[in-house]
Amino acid sequence: MQDWEVVIGLEIHAQLTTQTKIFSGSSIAYGAEPNTQANLLDLGMPGQLPVLNKAVIPKAIRFGLAIGANIGRRSVFDRKNYFYPDLPKGYQTSQFSYPIVEDGGSLEIEVEGETRRIGITRAHLEEDAGKSIHDAFPGMTGVDLNRAGTPLLEIVSEPDMRSAQEAVAYARKMHELVQFLDICDGNMQEGSFRVDSNVSIHKPGTPFGTRAELKNINSFRFIEQAIEFEVARQIEILESGGEVVQETRLYDPERNETRSMREKEEANDYRYFPCPDLLPVVIEQADIEREAEAMPELPDAKRARYQQNWGLSEDDAQVLTASRAMSDYFETLVDLTGEAKKAANWLMGDLSKALNQAGLRIDQSPVTAKMLAGLMARVDDGTISGKMAKQVFSAMWDGEGHADEVIEAKGLKQITDEGAITEMVDQVLADHPDQVAAYQGGQEKMLGFFVGQVMKASKGQANPAQVNAVLKARLAQS
Amino acid sequence: MAIEKKDVTAIARLAALSVEEEEIGQVAGKLNHILDVLQTMQSVETDGVEPMSHPLDQVQRLREDTVTETNQRDRYQRIAPAAEKGLYLVPQVIEQV
Amino acid sequence: MHNLSLKTLSERLQRRELTSVELTQHFLDRIARFDGELNSYVTVTPELALDMAKEADERLDRGEGHRLTGIPVAHKDIFCTRDVKTSCGSKMLDQFLSPYDATVVEKLNALGMPILGKTNMDEFAMGSSTESSYYGQTLNPWDKKAVPGGSSGGSAAAVAAGLAPVATGSDTGGSIRQPAAFCGISGIKPTYGAVSRYGMIAYASSFDQGGPMTRSAEDAAWMLEAMAGLDERDSTSVSLARTDYARDLAQPVKELKIGVPEEYFSEGLDNEVAETVQAAIQVLADQGAEVVPVHLPNKDLAVSSYYVLAPAEASSNLSRFDGVRYGHRCEAPKDLNDLYTRSRSEGFGEEVKRRIMVGTYVLSEGYYDAYYRKAQKLRRLVRDDFVKAFEQCDLIVGPVAPSVAFDIGEKTDDPVSMYLADLYTIPVNLAGLPAMSVPAGFAQGRPVGLHIIGPYFEEHKILQLAHQYQQVTDWHHSVATDYR
Repeated sequence: MQDWEVVIGLEIHAQLTTQTKIFSGSSIAYGAEPNTQANLLDLGMPGQLPVLNKAVIPKAIRFGLAIGANIGRRSVFDRKNYFYPDLPKGYQTSQFSYPIVEDGGSLEIEVEGETRRIGITRAHLEEDAGKSIHDAFPGMTGVDLNRAGTPLLEIVSEPDMRSAQEAVAYARKMHELVQFLDICDGNMQEGSFRVDSNVSIHKPGTPFGTRAELKNINSFRFIEQAIEFEVARQIEILESGGEVVQETRLYDPERNETRSMREKEEANDYRYFPCPDLLPVVIEQADIEREAEAMPELPDAKRARYQQNWGLSEDDAQVLTASRAMSDYFETLVDLTGEAKKAANWLMGDLSKALNQAGLRIDQSPVTAKMLAGLMARVDDGTISGKMAKQVFSAMWDGEGHADEVIEAKGLKQITDEGAITEMVDQVLADHPDQVAAYQGGQEKMLGFFVGQVMKASKGQANPAQVNAVLKARLAQS
Repeated sequence: MAIEKKDVTAIARLAALSVEEEEIGQVAGKLNHILDVLQTMQSVETDGVEPMSHPLDQVQRLREDTVTETNQRDRYQRIAPAAEKGLYLVPQVIEQV
Repeated sequence: MHNLSLKTLSERLQRRELTSVELTQHFLDRIARFDGELNSYVTVTPELALDMAKEADERLDRGEGHRLTGIPVAHKDIFCTRDVKTSCGSKMLDQFLSPYDATVVEKLNALGMPILGKTNMDEFAMGSSTESSYYGQTLNPWDKKAVPGGSSGGSAAAVAAGLAPVATGSDTGGSIRQPAAFCGISGIKPTYGAVSRYGMIAYASSFDQGGPMTRSAEDAAWMLEAMAGLDERDSTSVSLARTDYARDLAQPVKELKIGVPEEYFSEGLDNEVAETVQAAIQVLADQGAEVVPVHLPNKDLAVSSYYVLAPAEASSNLSRFDGVRYGHRCEAPKDLNDLYTRSRSEGFGEEVKRRIMVGTYVLSEGYYDAYYRKAQKLRRLVRDDFVKAFEQCDLIVGPVAPSVAFDIGEKTDDPVSMYLADLYTIPVNLAGLPAMSVPAGFAQGRPVGLHIIGPYFEEHKILQLAHQYQQVTDWHHSVATDYR
């Protein structure tokens, strides 16, 4: 018997990083008291009219260019009509027939060493709905319209993914992309990046099966689990002679299962039609060119450059491009120091450790790239040793100032004066005649002992390389 | 394309309106009478005619992305039929979106 | 005093021979005296009016008034007025104290025009007789058996009866021009986009346009100047090169070419109305205007196109009335669906529900192309007719309605007959053109209007022709016996 083939398409809602809503001047800041960021328009008051937020257009163009899609030169807002308490106007303003990002786009993903290109059908601008709160009042649902009208870019993929792993790889790649493009903050906990999965199964060579839509999944791990559960469920249904019903299902991470949302008896008919309160959005060639010129380097290109130009490993390049903030930090540091490998080591070493411990993002780091560059310069010019540098970093992290200030305050200057080091070396050798004899008798590992003694005598401040060199020279002479 | 009784029910459901069982026939009759008039449109050849959504050929004007609104919740909720703790209240919604 | 022109009132106010308080009180007194029967107002706001009048007087005393300062106005109840009931003629909004002012209201407030109250209208502007209002029928001041027209019937009746010197109205398919014609006053629907729709409760957004209802063309020009202009809050609002609509009033009509569409005088037009309109056109010809025949071949399709598109937009525009955030909410809803359907079914009247149903149907799956899309195409054909016609003339004239004001109750059982009576006004809304009705005489003892249609943004030319016509006729000075 032939195996089932899994077919997955994703619809991703990326909240655009604007100050205000897509059609009103209300703030979209997260976490405000209910309905304090809902103005007359957001509340669907009679007579209210929408005016489009300027900031969403370049973001959509940038996205379209990044995925290689055609830009809708004349896109149109439509109304999607249905009744729901969190939809104050009784319709959602969205783009149906003429989206701002048209076809032609795609994204390359890699799963288990194999590269695949996932088609992107379209991406369109739309407004978010409000929030229904089901547990605040017995027998009643509360409605908070702060989120209503938040600008979204809905990114619709082709049904090109064939496994949960591919779906997650695509979602992750998209998550990374929208952040690099600076169009979405990618915060999944706050709902800034939401993934709906359309999942079906069929036998290869036969038409696609009936799909179920999995909604409300707010982590990549859960997306994978939800799809795997759903695939297993559908296989079981079909193999026992049943039929998959087209429906929306919710994933419950606690039980690791998907549940039917019990759609209304009849399928909805959204009666899309062009919103008469809004006019066509026209994008000129110059608008596109402006965005193309300002297009930031994308993660794939960055990774290739890090490896080729700076000789970093693939894994390191991956880590350093994990977020836009990370690569920005890294590149600033390299710019300032000219030392890609050392910069990478700092980032993936002490800095990452400190950030993890403090639970901070790299853009919140108390040690900025410029400060870290200052520290690296002092190591580079021999002022301090690598070991001292760790101490300085930790002081900088604690807010004790720039590298030079810390070095000064702690008196951490390295001893590089040849004469002073020679003096210390001679003293150590004079104090340990037996060990000198042993060394000269062929026990060369005794060198480490002498280095340790000299460093101790210098209170750790002698330059270890110089100590080594001087020791070798003196031992050879005596 | 006459509207039948079941169509009236379906339209009413989409429009969130209720039509009393005994009125359905009458409503269907009136709607059909209207649709008969609208049907005269079908006699006209419109191939190649671009549908017109707006009277003027204009393009969308854009708004600056700056916060212009302040919290007016109390004032706005004064006219709400049911609001508590800053939330608008509706009967419990079972299914969640 | 209640029949004086804005110009005269303004001069007397500016010269301080008359105070705004006196003038406002005069209208309030007349409302108290006549409106119990006429029912042209849904809400009268005496305190607000007098407060505003007092403020206007202070401005005038300081010599800081605009020429409209101190002249009271009545607003159609479709315009949102802050903290004043804004019902749109519907039970749905019977308790709705608008939290904000419409742009039109804001502009007239800023000029210091005291608000007398809110005028009656067909529910959500859906109607041509003001019979669908939740607040009862408004009577026609000329004949109390007759409708005042609609949907701005309250504004038309109030101005005609001298219960307001001027009023605002809105016109989606003829709702300013037809009641103006039926009540013997002047009313202009500007080019779509000239007057902001912000705060004007939407019926059919791509057609709706606010405008003034006045005693004369000159008054209309003054009011339109105050109402029009770009509003950043309305995406469909247009930046106008000029809003000095009175600029050409004094120009003679000699230079103007007047197009008369043959199709506007075909079957269905009342003979006496036709003769009255023809006589008015003869007056214009006598004044030196060149009269030429033009054609609007797709006129008959306009009604069908309109009654698809307008209800479609309305069905969506009226979805926000769901009993959740404002407006009527049914008692003790048992679940969400019950809340929606009962609140809406109780809150909306028959005609509104009918249009929502029609609109829902024509947008629904399987019917969209045959109805909605088809109607959008016809809309373009209708517009193209006008564009072509205006290649041959400066203005188009004809009847406003196929008959004079019909009797109350005459068409209530037959919505289609009511729709068909909009056949001369609707094409203008489909195209988005400016057009006006001015009093041109009487037929069967009821007023007849002359319809003047202009090219986009040429309101000043329409007003010029209307004003020049009013220089040699005095139909606009006629006042019904009871209200002199």
